[in-house]
Amino acid sequence: MARLRIKDGRAAVDDRAKGQEITLDAWRDGVRPEAGRFELSIPNTEDVEALAAVVSRFDAVILDFPTFQDGRAYSQARTLRERLAFKGEIRARGDVLCDQALFMIRCGFDALDIGDGDIEGFRRALNAYSAVYQPAGDDMTPIRMRRLPNSVAA
Amino acid sequence: MYRYDEFDDTFVRERVAEFRGQVARRLSGDLTEEQFKPLRLMNGLYLQLHAYMLRVAIPYGTLSARQLRQLAMIARKYDKGYGHFTTRQNIQYNWPALIDVPDILSDLADVEMHAIQTSGNCIRNVTSDPYAGAATGEVDDPRVWSEVIRQWSSLHPEFSFLPRKFKIAVTASDEDRAAIKVHDIGLRLYRNEEGDRGFEVLVGGGLGRTPFIAETIRAFLPERRLLSYLEAIMRVYNRHGRRDNKYKARVKILVSVDPDDFRRQVEKEWEKSDKDRLDAPLEELLRIRRHFAPPNFEMLTQDSAALNDARRDNEEFNRWISVNSRAHRQPGYAIVNISLKPIGKPPGDISADQMDAVADIAERFSFDEIRATHEQNLCLPHVKKDDLFAVWRALDGAGLATANIGLASDIIACPGLDYCDLANARSIPIAERIAERFADPRKAADVGELKIKISGCINACGHHHVGHIGILGVDKKGEEFYQITLGGSGAEDASIGAITGRGFSSSEVVDAVDRLVDFYKDSRKPGERFLDAYRRLGAEPFKEALYGETSH
Repeated sequence: MARLRIKDGRAAVDDRAKGQEITLDAWRDGVRPEAGRFELSIPNTEDVEALAAVVSRFDAVILDFPTFQDGRAYSQARTLRERLAFKGEIRARGDVLCDQALFMIRCGFDALDIGDGDIEGFRRALNAYSAVYQPAGDDMTPIRMRRLPNSVAA
Repeated sequence: MYRYDEFDDTFVRERVAEFRGQVARRLSGDLTEEQFKPLRLMNGLYLQLHAYMLRVAIPYGTLSARQLRQLAMIARKYDKGYGHFTTRQNIQYNWPALIDVPDILSDLADVEMHAIQTSGNCIRNVTSDPYAGAATGEVDDPRVWSEVIRQWSSLHPEFSFLPRKFKIAVTASDEDRAAIKVHDIGLRLYRNEEGDRGFEVLVGGGLGRTPFIAETIRAFLPERRLLSYLEAIMRVYNRHGRRDNKYKARVKILVSVDPDDFRRQVEKEWEKSDKDRLDAPLEELLRIRRHFAPPNFEMLTQDSAALNDARRDNEEFNRWISVNSRAHRQPGYAIVNISLKPIGKPPGDISADQMDAVADIAERFSFDEIRATHEQNLCLPHVKKDDLFAVWRALDGAGLATANIGLASDIIACPGLDYCDLANARSIPIAERIAERFADPRKAADVGELKIKISGCINACGHHHVGHIGILGVDKKGEEFYQITLGGSGAEDASIGAITGRGFSSSEVVDAVDRLVDFYKDSRKPGERFLDAYRRLGAEPFKEALYGETSH
C-alpha cells in the first residue's frame, strides 16, 4: 500500500510509520488516542463543519472515496481547508486513481493512499495542467488572478 | 465574441495532451473500457449503438465562421461528412474512430474549441439565448455571464463527480429562448426596482422520467455574486444529492422533496462562504465583457426598401422572411434563423458543405457570427435587412432555406433507436413523417406556432414533456408505440405536458397528431396558438379528438 505526500505539486512516497487511526464512530464511542500521530477517518456522509472541535485535535484526517464516482469527499476537504482552516494532513483513501489526483490536491488533499497504483502515473497526472480556472482548497493561483495587469503570478 | 488568451489556449492543449495519453493507455490495453469510460465521458466521447459518438461543446451556442469551417473539416476528415446539432447547442459526430479522437480535439483546440464536460456527472457546457446581443429587450449580453460560468466550471475540482449531470442555462430577456425553467440551474438576469442588475436563480428543473419546472430559490442575486452563489448550490447538491439511484440523483429530486429546506441550506452555505475570493474580480468581468462588445452596426433606418421590394416580388422569400426572421434591436437589421429541419430529413443534421456555406454567409453578412439554438437550428444574429434577399438566395442554394421555424415541421427529436442504445423506439422517422404531413407551407402557416417534440425513450432527450404536442416512444412487447402528451412548454410560460391516454402504433401516430391539429383549427379563437387553445379548453376535448368519444 503506497502512500504519497504532495507538497508544492511534487509527490513523494510517504515512508513514515503509520499514525494511529481512530474512526469517527470510535471517537464518538469514547475511544481516545494515546501517543504519536493521530488520524481521524471520517465517512463521506458526515458534515465536517460540525466536527471542527474534533478534527483540530488530530494530525491527519482520512476521507473516503468508496468509488471514484462518489465525489462527496471533495466538498469535505475544501470545507476543512477553507472554512475550518485545518492545517493537518488530509488523506484520500478508497478508489483513488491518478486521473482524479489533481482534483483531490486542488480540493486540499495533500496525501493519497494509492494502493498498488503507478506512482509515475500519479506524478504525470499531477503535472498535467499549468493553470487552473477557479480558486479551491489549494494555493494555485487561478487564471483570472494571473490575468490581472499587476499580477506577480503572470 | 470571446477569444482565447494564452491561458485558455494552454488549458485546452494540456487537456488534449492528457486525453491523448489516456487514449494510448486504452488502445494498449492498460485501461479497460470500464476504467476508460469516465475519462472519455469527461471529453464528450460516448460509446453508442454502432460506434463512438463525440459531442463537441459550443459554449452558449456561439460560433465564428472559422470555427464552423473547422467543424466541417472534422466532419469530412473523421466522420461521414455531416454533423448533428443537439438540443444543448452542441454538435455531435456519430462515427469517429477512437484512435482519431485526440487529433480531432487538437483540431478543435486550433480554433479555440473543445469537448470538455459535454458528458459525465459534472457541470455540462453552459447554454444561453441564441439571440444574445441581438434581441430586443435584453438587459445585458447573457454570454458575458455564460463565459464566466464556462471558465469557472472547467475542470472544477470539487464538482466533477456529482451525483448526476448538471446543466446551467442563462438568459437576460423576459422571453425565454434558453428553456431555463427545465434546467438544473436557470439564471434570468434582470433589473430590479432600484435599477441594479441581478439574477433570478431557479433550481431543480428538468425533464427525464420525472419532469419538474424549476423553483426560484433566490429572487434577486446581485450579478457580481454569481459564482459564490453557484458554488453554494453545487456544494449542497454534491453533499446531499442522492447517489443510491441514478434516476433520483438529479438536483430536481433534492429540490422537490422540500424546496424551502433546499433554499435554506444554500443560503446558509453561501452566507458562510468567502465570497470575495470565490467571485470573479471586476477586472476579469470587464475583460470578458469587452469580448462581447456590439459589432460595428451601420446607422440605418428601420425600413428597408430593398427588402420590401423583394418581399413583394417573391412569394417564397416573403414567406421565409415571415417565418424565419425576427426583430433585431438595431434599426435596419434582422435576426435570421436557419432551419435544420428540411422536410423528410433528420432534425439537426447538417452536411460539411452546408456548414461551409453558412460560414461564408455569416462572414459576409452577419459580422462573422453564427449561433446554434436549443431547438436544433442555426441562427445568423446580425443581418442587414438590405442583405436579406442575398442571404436567402445563398441559403437556398445550400438547401438551407426551409421556412418552418416554430411551425409544426420544426420538430425536436432525439436520435432515437436509429443511433442510441437507450432508446425504445425510433424518433427520426416519426419526425420525418409528421414534417411531411405539414410540409405544405400554407397548411403549416395556417396552423401557426406548434412545437412538436419527440423522445425515443423516457430519458426525454427530445424534450417531449415541454412540447405543445409531445411524443414519447415506448416499447410494448417488442413493438414501438408512441404516447402523446399535450400542453407542455419550455419557454417563459413553462409547463409539463399531460399524458393523453393509450399510445399509438407507428402507423397511427401521424394521423393522431393530425386529428389534434384539426380539432385545434376548428376550435381556436382568432390568433390563438395551439398551446393557448389547449390551455383554454382543457385536455378533455383534445382527448376526444384523439380517441373518439367512446374510447375512454
